[in-house]
Amino acid sequence: MQQQKIPKELFEQVGGNTTDSEKISRPSISFWKDVWMRFKKNKLAMTGVVLLVILAIMSLVGPHLTPYNYYENDLMSANQPPSGEHWFGTDELGRDVFTRIWNGAQISLFIGIAAALIDLAIGVIWGGLSGYIGGRTDEYMMRFADILWAIPYLLMVILLMVVFEPGLGTMIAAMTITGWINMARIVRGQVLQLKSQEYVMAAQTLGANTSRIMAKHLIPNTMGPILITMTLTVPNAIFTEAFLSYLGLGVPQPLASWGTMASDGVAALQYYPWRLFFPALFISLTIFAFNVIGDGLRDALDPRLRK
Amino acid sequence: MLKYIGKRLLYMVLTLWVIVTVTFFLMRAAPGSPFSGEKELPPAIQANLEAYYGLDKSLFMQYVDYLISVVKWDFGPSLKYKGQSVNDLISEGFPVSFALGMEAIFLALALGVLLGAVAALRHNKWQDYTAMIIAVLGISVPSFIMASGLQYVLAIKWSVLPVARWESFAHTILPALALASTPMAFIARLTRSSMLEVIGNDYIKTAKSKGLNSTEITVRHTIRNAMMPVVSYMGPLISAILTGSFVIEKIFGIPGLGMHFVTSITNRDYSVIMGVTVFFSVLLLVSILLVDIAYSLIDPRIKLADKKGE
Amino acid sequence: MKKKLLLFSILLVFSVILAACGGDDDGGEEGTSDNSGDNGESTSDNGGESSAEQVFKANIASEPFSLNPSLANDATSSAVLLQTFEGLTRIGPEGEPQEAMASEIETSDDLKKYTFTIRDGAKWSNGDPVTAQDFEYAWKWALDPNNNSQYAYQLYYVKNAEAANTGEGNLEDVGVTAVDEKTLEVELENPTPYFLELTAFYTYFPVNSKIAKENEEWYADAGENYVSNGPFKMTEWSHNDSITLEPNEEYWDKEAVKLDRIEFAMINDFNTELNSFKQGEFDWAGSPFGSLPTEAIPSLKEDGSLNVEPIAGTYWYKFHTEKEPFNNVNIRKAFAYSIDRQGIVENITKAGQVPAMAAVPPTMFSDNEEGYFDAVNIEKAKEHLQKGIEELGYDSVEDMPAVTLSFNTSESHAKIAQAIQDMWKENLGVDVELSNSEWAVYIDQLHQGDYQIGRMGWLGDFNDPINFLELYKEKGGNNDTRWHSEEFASLLEESQTETDSEKRTEMLKEAEGILMDEMPIAPIYFYTNAWVQDENLKDVVMSGLGDVQLKWAHFE
Repeated sequence: MQQQKIPKELFEQVGGNTTDSEKISRPSISFWKDVWMRFKKNKLAMTGVVLLVILAIMSLVGPHLTPYNYYENDLMSANQPPSGEHWFGTDELGRDVFTRIWNGAQISLFIGIAAALIDLAIGVIWGGLSGYIGGRTDEYMMRFADILWAIPYLLMVILLMVVFEPGLGTMIAAMTITGWINMARIVRGQVLQLKSQEYVMAAQTLGANTSRIMAKHLIPNTMGPILITMTLTVPNAIFTEAFLSYLGLGVPQPLASWGTMASDGVAALQYYPWRLFFPALFISLTIFAFNVIGDGLRDALDPRLRK
Repeated sequence: MLKYIGKRLLYMVLTLWVIVTVTFFLMRAAPGSPFSGEKELPPAIQANLEAYYGLDKSLFMQYVDYLISVVKWDFGPSLKYKGQSVNDLISEGFPVSFALGMEAIFLALALGVLLGAVAALRHNKWQDYTAMIIAVLGISVPSFIMASGLQYVLAIKWSVLPVARWESFAHTILPALALASTPMAFIARLTRSSMLEVIGNDYIKTAKSKGLNSTEITVRHTIRNAMMPVVSYMGPLISAILTGSFVIEKIFGIPGLGMHFVTSITNRDYSVIMGVTVFFSVLLLVSILLVDIAYSLIDPRIKLADKKGE
Repeated sequence: MKKKLLLFSILLVFSVILAACGGDDDGGEEGTSDNSGDNGESTSDNGGESSAEQVFKANIASEPFSLNPSLANDATSSAVLLQTFEGLTRIGPEGEPQEAMASEIETSDDLKKYTFTIRDGAKWSNGDPVTAQDFEYAWKWALDPNNNSQYAYQLYYVKNAEAANTGEGNLEDVGVTAVDEKTLEVELENPTPYFLELTAFYTYFPVNSKIAKENEEWYADAGENYVSNGPFKMTEWSHNDSITLEPNEEYWDKEAVKLDRIEFAMINDFNTELNSFKQGEFDWAGSPFGSLPTEAIPSLKEDGSLNVEPIAGTYWYKFHTEKEPFNNVNIRKAFAYSIDRQGIVENITKAGQVPAMAAVPPTMFSDNEEGYFDAVNIEKAKEHLQKGIEELGYDSVEDMPAVTLSFNTSESHAKIAQAIQDMWKENLGVDVELSNSEWAVYIDQLHQGDYQIGRMGWLGDFNDPINFLELYKEKGGNNDTRWHSEEFASLLEESQTETDSEKRTEMLKEAEGILMDEMPIAPIYFYTNAWVQDENLKDVVMSGLGDVQLKWAHFE
């Protein structure tokens, strides 16, 4: 085959500098701007944001909209159905469910979001490193997770309660002991798959270090499952709190939380359904908000959907 | 591969040993004793009971005894239920939990993948939104509420299914549904998300342009590649569901294994705690190994035993 | 190859999906047809009940601890054992002990020696005769420290029993002797006026010594080794699931037994229990076999199906009398008097419980319905609070040490605690914190004295006030309050040797008066049995202790 030679002189630099073009990355500011632009356009996702904001505001304002408070009993008007007087009815001790819902929102929203963020941080780093480094490190890290998973949780909680004072800190600690493991497993699985893909290899060949590859390539491409797992963490945390309260480690009675209200309400399902319905409704609304926001973020982050 | 599995088995034994050790010492550190009750026992009887079950030996000797019992797979008598051995409790409870668990896993996997696939293929259409709402309900309503709700509506109000007990296939439907609802929802969400990711990939576009019809694409390419996170999730899920759920068994009066995970701890029934924990751990470790093997079947590019980082 | 495998597995997933959808429909149909079958059956049941189906179905909630009467220590085991075994006496329909395995009972003048003659025709379910030796064997077996019976102390009324059980004495010296096959002699430590109540209690039941000697684990399962001497025998025991009893053809009084079968289920969820009852799967829901969900009680009351029977049990709060501020009797009284007991039984517990202003239930002391103080008296409570604060040298209520109310994890305890917390805040102006923990931890805390106010309850073991009062006789043991009164203790001591029953009752009343005046405990309410049952079910005998005998039960 004959080859044509093109003289060097015919080439001409068109500007741009070579060091910049070596970097395989998008300018980050415009990336996030871009994400936000696309996220804003997603009506459903924005509904989720608005919903969360309303729930947060109501958790602060709601308790003051009624003449009742969350703790005062009124045994004479126990288990009243929703009415003009008690918008969401009353519970077994005659306390106003509306007031308790919004007091509970403070605790449940905080716990849900705090637990989700902590689980996210630990889970992504743990799972990401485990999957990416692989080999023996992977083995150690994942077996550690298995050990935590296999030790009876109830036993750990009982001991936590004996060793530490009940309180918010202990409660969040009790939640995160095992809460991050699902996240870690899923991230690890994704990273195992992604790290053998061409673009990761390319980045490795070009000398990018581990944290850069994780942050720029692996994690963004795992965002879908991560966000989904996070939306599962939120209800988990809300109900784990109820379980911990039941064991004496959660929020002390008579403080309300959605989890405890719903758990108590289950027993009343056939007789006073509003005691289950309202906490369950607001938990579902919160989870709905997180899910649509998660979906919106996923779509917005998906590099292939960029224009 | 065989070498890899061999190595993993070795790790499993080590992991199991750590689990047994930690559980043993945690369990003994918890306040309360298996014989404590409202009416305090005369000290002489208390001492006798402890001697009978070997609780008077030094903690270390007791620990060694438990290790031996784990190796022999004979966990001794229950401290709470007279005349019953832990092995009996497990062999009576596990088949029930296993049957129920399998049904629930089938439901969760089948409906979850179906729902997720439909949602992804009809991205941002009404099917997607419907699937989303079902999933949100499944995720935000935990199994004990789901169980009570299903029981109330289907068994009490409509009387189409039995309220409780473990007798016929009809008796299994409600508990299986309640058990499956959250995993089903989660699997649906995961499937949808990963399928969306895969659908955007070039090889799917290539497949489409090659003229493969969409069912074939879905089956051959999309679902298969979208299964990764679902498989990651399934490992621990399978072991948890197959060993039974305390709340579901309680609500539906099912004589499964799940109750022992909770009651043994509240009873401080040490031998049962060890027995069920070891049993669960073995299942967990095996199912996680299976997950890792499944990874490399799904995506042959995944090399588990690679040496990087060592 | 691999690809084919994958394709296959994917196909499998899809077939599973299809199967599941199809299967689901099948399930639904099967369920419906199943159910209609049930309905068909139950309608015919209803039609023919008066003549045929004599099957009693109930829920006993959990696996019994042990169905060996010498080992049993719980209400669940008791519910089964009372049907399958029979002691020397049995609590009759009128609530008084009557002869059962014993046909004749002779008592010595000092009430310290009993001679029982075993009934002719008393037989075990395998046809063996019931002998005096069977009783001696069973009692001594339970007392033998090597057998680890946790309820052996129920036998301590028998001479030298305690010493033998604690290893200080000899089993041979225990005051129970089989003189011959038919004659059992029992010597007691003290004249025990309620001894014939005790012989109806399960720890006093006999055991077939022939079988028990041959087979140590005779009681682990139903089968040919599991023999009993009561109206029913156990034919099936599916652990953690169900127990089936059938009439014992060898029973001496088998003519009285009408039921053809008893089926006990073990469902540990009371909503499920009631729902199953409503679907016709149980003939009984609620105490003492199971329990009714509190939320359901108002509606059951409304439709008139609820039955309530007071039983010998008291729900109380214990004060730690060595810890400030409850080392002061006035503070204790202030807290006790300011509880609105009527409000609690009417709005929270709801099952007809009786406000308790005394320690001993009215089933034993009938005038205790009135009690020693008012059901709620805020004025008096405030006075006592003021007095107590002065005595302890505090400036005001705020100056008092922080108070925590502890209880074990349970929804009903939590509700009562929250209500009382609110009452104390409202009536006394005291902020009390609540702390709940899991049962084993809680018991440990109480026994260790790591509490200020703690919830507890007591269900009578036998029908005598001493059972409630002796809890507070000594420091330690069951007395977590650390309260002690010489006078109280010596009154109880004396009552043990008093042979005149009226005098004895007076002594016990006086002792109770001291207890209520010193108030180491604040009684809240007396327990009741609340249940619903099949309307046609008749002649179920419920004793004052709340346990149930099905010997005479039948459907009309």
